[in-house]
Amino acid sequence: MSKPIVEVRNLTKRFDDFTAVDDVSFDIQEGEILGLLGPNGAGKTTTIHMLLGLITPTSGTIHMFGLDLAQHRETILRQVNFSSTYISMPFSLTVEENLKVIARLYSLQNIQKRIDEIIEKLEMGDIQYKLTRKLSSGQMSRLTLAKAIMTEPKVLFLDEPTASLDPDIVNKIKIFLKEYQRTAGLSILYTSHNMREMEEMSNRIIFLQHGHIVAEGTSDQIIQRYGQRDLEEVFLKLARESKEK
Amino acid sequence: MNLGRIGGLLSRHLYLYKRSFARLLEIFYWPFLDLVVWGFITMYLKEAGVSLHGAVAFFLGALILWDVLFRAQQGIAVSFLEEMWARNLMNLFASPLTVGEYLVSTMIMSMLKVIAVGSLMMVFAWVFYSYDMLKIGISLFPFILNLVVSGWIIGVLTTSIIMRFGQQAEVLAWGMVFLFQPISCVFYPLEVLPPILQSIAWMVPPAHIFEGMRTVLVDGAMPVDHILWATGLNLFFLVIIVGWFYHTFNVCKDKGMLVRVGE
Repeated sequence: MSKPIVEVRNLTKRFDDFTAVDDVSFDIQEGEILGLLGPNGAGKTTTIHMLLGLITPTSGTIHMFGLDLAQHRETILRQVNFSSTYISMPFSLTVEENLKVIARLYSLQNIQKRIDEIIEKLEMGDIQYKLTRKLSSGQMSRLTLAKAIMTEPKVLFLDEPTASLDPDIVNKIKIFLKEYQRTAGLSILYTSHNMREMEEMSNRIIFLQHGHIVAEGTSDQIIQRYGQRDLEEVFLKLARESKEK
Repeated sequence: MNLGRIGGLLSRHLYLYKRSFARLLEIFYWPFLDLVVWGFITMYLKEAGVSLHGAVAFFLGALILWDVLFRAQQGIAVSFLEEMWARNLMNLFASPLTVGEYLVSTMIMSMLKVIAVGSLMMVFAWVFYSYDMLKIGISLFPFILNLVVSGWIIGVLTTSIIMRFGQQAEVLAWGMVFLFQPISCVFYPLEVLPPILQSIAWMVPPAHIFEGMRTVLVDGAMPVDHILWATGLNLFFLVIIVGWFYHTFNVCKDKGMLVRVGE
């Protein structure tokens, strides 16, 4: 862990009279996996969308690699990628064609070599020439992960990358991500509703509620602070408190 | 502008045409059908002895040029719809691709469609009706170029409306251009319009092109004034509409609509 690679300061997003993200500040260190935890509607996905430049913040700043995202979008996004169970890729293209398009959008060199490498790493040889519309949800998750990893990002945003997948695939994805993160030294912002997964994956966790950060630290620190047995109990406690309010 | 990224997005659309019969129909079948119907109408008018100088040239020439405008507009608007249907906008705009590169790529796509459809229609018209579009002469080049730019303008306008209002506005991708058809004077001279519409039509670049085409067919002279007017108006509207697209894009980013469009 050294200097922060992502610096978010006082980030706020309002949609008319609804505040989705409220004065949120955090850093992601180089080589760190930061977990973003919170109930539905807590502001996790909106935060990631702002970090990807897809939503303009109402106020606050986002710096990556020391550069302001608002002013250096292209330079920053070349070194960033994302994956989510909820995103899709053009259905009428094959897996390889989709990866080729992404490779060109990120100005990659030796495109075919990169594709072959990522296909091998994620064991996608059997679906390389398959139409994307014919993929199962597990295969689709691997494709979106492949498109994110292939560009060799320094920062990766993973928004519930394992949601609705069977345990075997979840396990494979987690093992791959951990190994890849360790060897490539990339920084990851990770959201999930699976508390055990969050504990396993993250070096540090931020708990969001109603757009605010309500807890921050390692999973042990958070569990201790709230006097619960595990992260799941903390999540339930905070989520129920939030509903009562 | 990064040519690699523009080419990347272009390749995404070309892959679609490689294996989609429905998309190929859009290029070959519908323009052919248009030509057959209008060809028979002009033959009927000729046989009925309707006194209309150069009826075949008027109608078939106008139809081919109208299709240039129509396909240029569709090339832009349908490309956006393809991204919306595939829920691919997030992948594109979370990448280093810029809005300008996106627009240029769809403009090139629309140009490719125009070349395919236009060439095909010219060949069909020549084979079935012995109509040689190239007889319009050197003016044909600025006519087509201006109509392509007009198509881009209407296409970018349509796209920005779809981006702002989502799926409920997607029908505009096919219908928007027809709003401009009456005042573009495609199949009739501008003077048949009521005076108020004539004033509006003079502000519409395609009206100058279709008037210019009729001038060439009647007098054989190059309609320099119409070409200059069309070019000037097109440049003016193109700057305005591209600025409008950037504005709409930023509004959508502000309202969080870019990540929800198509839902």
